[in-house]
Amino acid sequence: MIISEAKPLAELQETLAPFGKLFLVGCAACATACKAGGEEEVFRFQEWLAGEGKETTGSVVIDEACHLMRAARDLRQHAAAVAAADALVVLACGSGVQSISANSDKRVVGALNSLFLGNVRRFGVYEEMCSLCGDCILNETAGICPVTNCAKGLLNGPCGGMQDGRCEIDSDLDCAWRLIYERLQRQQRPGVFARRVPPKHWSRRRKPGRHRIR
Amino acid sequence: MSLLERHLSAGQFTVTAEVAPPKGVDLAPVLAVAARLQGVTAVNVTDNQGANMRLCALVLAGELQRRGIEPILQVTCRDRNRVALQSDLLGAAALGIENLLILSGDHSKFGDHPDARPVFDLDSVQLLDVVAGLMQGIDMAGKPLAGVPRFFPGAAVNPSAEPFELVMQKVRKKAESGARFFQTQSVFTREELERLRQAVTPLGVPVLAGVLLVRSAKMARFLNANIPGMRVPDVLIARLEQAADPPAEGVAIARETVGWARELCQGVHLMTLGFEERIPEILAEINP
Repeated sequence: MIISEAKPLAELQETLAPFGKLFLVGCAACATACKAGGEEEVFRFQEWLAGEGKETTGSVVIDEACHLMRAARDLRQHAAAVAAADALVVLACGSGVQSISANSDKRVVGALNSLFLGNVRRFGVYEEMCSLCGDCILNETAGICPVTNCAKGLLNGPCGGMQDGRCEIDSDLDCAWRLIYERLQRQQRPGVFARRVPPKHWSRRRKPGRHRIR
Repeated sequence: MSLLERHLSAGQFTVTAEVAPPKGVDLAPVLAVAARLQGVTAVNVTDNQGANMRLCALVLAGELQRRGIEPILQVTCRDRNRVALQSDLLGAAALGIENLLILSGDHSKFGDHPDARPVFDLDSVQLLDVVAGLMQGIDMAGKPLAGVPRFFPGAAVNPSAEPFELVMQKVRKKAESGARFFQTQSVFTREELERLRQAVTPLGVPVLAGVLLVRSAKMARFLNANIPGMRVPDVLIARLEQAADPPAEGVAIARETVGWARELCQGVHLMTLGFEERIPEILAEINP
């Protein structure tokens, strides 16, 4: 899921300074799971706004804020409260923020920072394992992604900074290439070490991405 | 053919040194240092080393070349994508620069612009392949070049890194991708140099052992804490700490390492970090 976290309140205070009336939008999917933009956080945000002397005209937690049509429908259902607000505050990832801004010409304020596509270790502990690069090499790397887990995204083995199998940028982190190497050894296959991996097709990481399942 | 290539091909014990471009635009001091280097075949020009922004290595390497001091242009994958890298390589060739040291590059996090976006569009193995392609007269897009560049590409190896067999997986790929010499990160024990020699000998690629002049125990501790892939052993730190003249002790340690290199490999790469005047002492035979 998309891991997000609240922006610092001081930053939001400044961004929201011009607005007196706000409509709040949360997301029932990822932002709820990482306790950044669910019912509870939307409620607490409303309390905080009240303390700042601002009025909340209404709120909605959209099933999946990234769903463009659903976001449009939910905004329509709250049309009066939305119309009464000076701005919409979105407690969802950047994708959710843009579902809202795509459906309203009101000022839209994102209240979260989107961090990464994360796996859940347990609540509050998330690990980035996939970078959505569009050119997957996992089948050769024993199911460990070097594009994501190597700090440099190297494709042909560890850099010269690896020490005792740890990453040069953080000695608490395992070198992704050590993990790949060890698992391939356990699987008794050379995998990615059998060939020189050519340069990545970064063109497959199309930006802006558009995808249709045919 | 570069002097470096000639010396290594002839099996001659070869010495390289290293200079860094300035943080600024005044090249005079570093050119003066390079001109005073003695007993050195070629001089590495570092590429924003440690991810610290400096004048571009290509310009300094070009100035050295023009003055008859042979450069080894270090090229890292950290700051440029494949377009910029190929473009700079062609520029280097046009200036007559042949020797290259192809590196991944220290992570941007270590430098003075830690918020920079690290590029790593290519890795060192891929960039070596690109160099080989350029030498065949074609770029990465398969398009022909007007005039074919001539390079003598090398690569790096960290002899103290563990697991060593994993390090060697990549070293073998570098050799397959056309690395014609290896310069190592700093060597501090004879054992690691012996291990490296044993592993690299079948590849038939000459090795220049990295020799770093460590001038004090304090410097050693700083290097261990701050430089990726660097490990000065405790016994050497103790020697530096107890020495009456620590810089002289550092020179003695470096001279011992050069002694091992004379036995075990094809040359040394000296990293003297501003104390280039001590190079003759470091290169002096221990028992002439």
